[in-house]
Amino acid sequence: MSTITKDGVSNPAPAKAAPAKPRRGLRGSPTFNFWLFTGPFLIGLAIFVYLPILWSFYLSFFEARFTVTPSEFIGLDNYVLMLTDEDFMGSLGTFTVFAAIIVPLTWATSLGLALMVNRLRFMRAFFRSVFFLPTAVSYVAASLVWKMSIFNGVRFGMANTFLNMFGIDNTAWLANPDPPWYWLVIVTVRLWLQAGFYMILFIAALQNIPQELYEAAAIDGAKPGWQTFWHITLPQLRATSTAVILLLLVAAYQAFDEFFNLLAKTTWGRPPLMELYYKALGDNQDYGAGSAGALILTVLICLVTLLQGKFMGFGRGEESK
Amino acid sequence: MSAMSNSNWDRRSVLRAAMGLAAAGGLAACGSNTGRGGGSGSGKALTQYFHAYGEAGTEQAIKRYAKAYKGGNVTTQWITGSNFESKLFASLLTDKAPDCFEFHPQLQLIESGQVADLSDLINPVKDDFNPADIQSHTVDGKIYGIRMIDDPQFFFYRKSMFEKAGVEVPQTLDELVAAAAKLTTDKVKGAYLGNTLHSIIDPLIWSAGAQHLDDKNQIAYHTDAVVDGFKQLRKLFTSGDLLLDAPTDFWDPSALNQGLAAMQWCGMWAMPQMQEALGDDLGIFPFPKVGDAGKLSVYNGGWSMFVNAKGKNVEETKEYVKWLWIDQKEYQEDWALSYGFHIPPRTSIAESADKLKSGLPAEGVKLFNEYGNFDNIGWTQASRTAMEDVMANCVRKGGDPDKELTKADAKVNRELKKLFG
Repeated sequence: MSTITKDGVSNPAPAKAAPAKPRRGLRGSPTFNFWLFTGPFLIGLAIFVYLPILWSFYLSFFEARFTVTPSEFIGLDNYVLMLTDEDFMGSLGTFTVFAAIIVPLTWATSLGLALMVNRLRFMRAFFRSVFFLPTAVSYVAASLVWKMSIFNGVRFGMANTFLNMFGIDNTAWLANPDPPWYWLVIVTVRLWLQAGFYMILFIAALQNIPQELYEAAAIDGAKPGWQTFWHITLPQLRATSTAVILLLLVAAYQAFDEFFNLLAKTTWGRPPLMELYYKALGDNQDYGAGSAGALILTVLICLVTLLQGKFMGFGRGEESK
Repeated sequence: MSAMSNSNWDRRSVLRAAMGLAAAGGLAACGSNTGRGGGSGSGKALTQYFHAYGEAGTEQAIKRYAKAYKGGNVTTQWITGSNFESKLFASLLTDKAPDCFEFHPQLQLIESGQVADLSDLINPVKDDFNPADIQSHTVDGKIYGIRMIDDPQFFFYRKSMFEKAGVEVPQTLDELVAAAAKLTTDKVKGAYLGNTLHSIIDPLIWSAGAQHLDDKNQIAYHTDAVVDGFKQLRKLFTSGDLLLDAPTDFWDPSALNQGLAAMQWCGMWAMPQMQEALGDDLGIFPFPKVGDAGKLSVYNGGWSMFVNAKGKNVEETKEYVKWLWIDQKEYQEDWALSYGFHIPPRTSIAESADKLKSGLPAEGVKLFNEYGNFDNIGWTQASRTAMEDVMANCVRKGGDPDKELTKADAKVNRELKKLFG
């Protein structure tokens, strides 16, 4: 069908959309396509995640020293051993101290960096990259730089050289648990490594805050700066903050690399994963006890995550807007 | 639309190319270089594990020996980092376990069926080995490993610094603590015992006149003298006269060579590097006596070659280790003397080694023979870890040594019960 224009020229009728070719066989099946794309991932997940978890659960009820195919069933003995093990229970205390320091510090640092970078008019991309780059560095490499170059205990360590300038004697940062200077080393390396990543999350969230809110607040007399930040920016970042804190908390539970490389073979400063490593994969090779500890830890992480979500209202961010 | 969009690389082409690459990869894998190469032999593919030695040239040497073997294609895994034991133990549970590996004689390896009986290889040449080395690898009359090198460990010291401070070579641990105080200046610490202090645990026990286990495989380390030894070490640790947190650990001679400490606990393997850096300004002495009943001691460490009993090529691997560590005496001598200094466990090689016949190396051999103590095969990794915890908790952390040793007793007894019933 054609149409008549003012000039009396008829326009060609719009071409009809070509009828979709009937899809043939499995390729046209959404179910097939779903399994085609998710299948490999699910198979990998089953083989490399769920099967080891189930095997670990199985091992936790057996005497499994120097074997992962044990035959001696010992019931709950491994769980009792782990729950009465001073070192394992102490590692939960170490985690608590670590999380209490690193979670708020990283949250505040990454938010501060995001606010600074977001306000920049020039070289914004440069500074984003500069702060984000440490994320690409491996924890092992960073730990070795911190241990051997910055915080070694001799006079030519960077930190000691700086202190020597003020007449302060060399400090053994990692060798001596009293005073516990090792926390400074561990916290600074992790802060350097991960603040940039969370900064990016906060920058994305900051850019999602409607500008109208600030304009309306300005009309109502709100002063830019602290007042605006406290009453507009921070509440608008609630969902992101909750997610960041959750991620930081889980990451703190999983801390291993920097502790292992900075505090190898100490009895202090061992987070749960390091303790389990020594129990299961280190010199003891007790896979039964290690598996029991891993399951105890898994249950604990799930509980803490659920509680944190409940108290901080994870997923309620949209409602709060 | 960009030219790229008109490319002929549609999905089918990409898929075909990928499949072609995969096929080519598969064919390539049938070729000579599969990544597992290393030897020139035409027999079985064998894998051996070595920890990373600090002396330059060692990795190349081990790979060179393996390449010279004609009976198989031997690949070397040179494992860097400080967790060689963990990697080894974990891999021994898998299909990717090495066919042979170096380690120390430990009973749990035998109890768990992880190492093969090598008696038939060693018995014909048994008399040419250091008897203590044979004894430390023997269980119920069967010999389970071939000693490759003996590594005595003792104190190295700077003679000039001792002279300047008016210090004599310490004979007791008390004297060592006092000497460290006199030797300490604003630039140099009196002593360096390693960052973890783990390497002096065994000498401390021996120098206190004790043993790890007695003849009945019961705890023998928990004595008053050992408790006092830990207390004296705590005094040294907190004195400010001990070098702490050095960039490298006790096995590396840097602390002494760079003038960070006046004396250092280290092994004979580092002697060539020290002599090169310090010339004649170098002396050695054994771990001093601890208490009245004590005696001077030297730790005769070392490394041995074991065959994975659960491997797929046990007989072929035994042939390889026999070829390298029993038949090839020139390689054994090269391995012991061309990189660091180690004492060859074969008497015939040790006696003919010119490098060990004079000067400081000869003195090291003398200390090895007079004061040396070898590993006890019943003293396993779990027991070692228990004692390392004692060192950490009472010397570095300030805990009560007697209480910490009692805690260790429980762990060691658990281990002994599993090993000996």
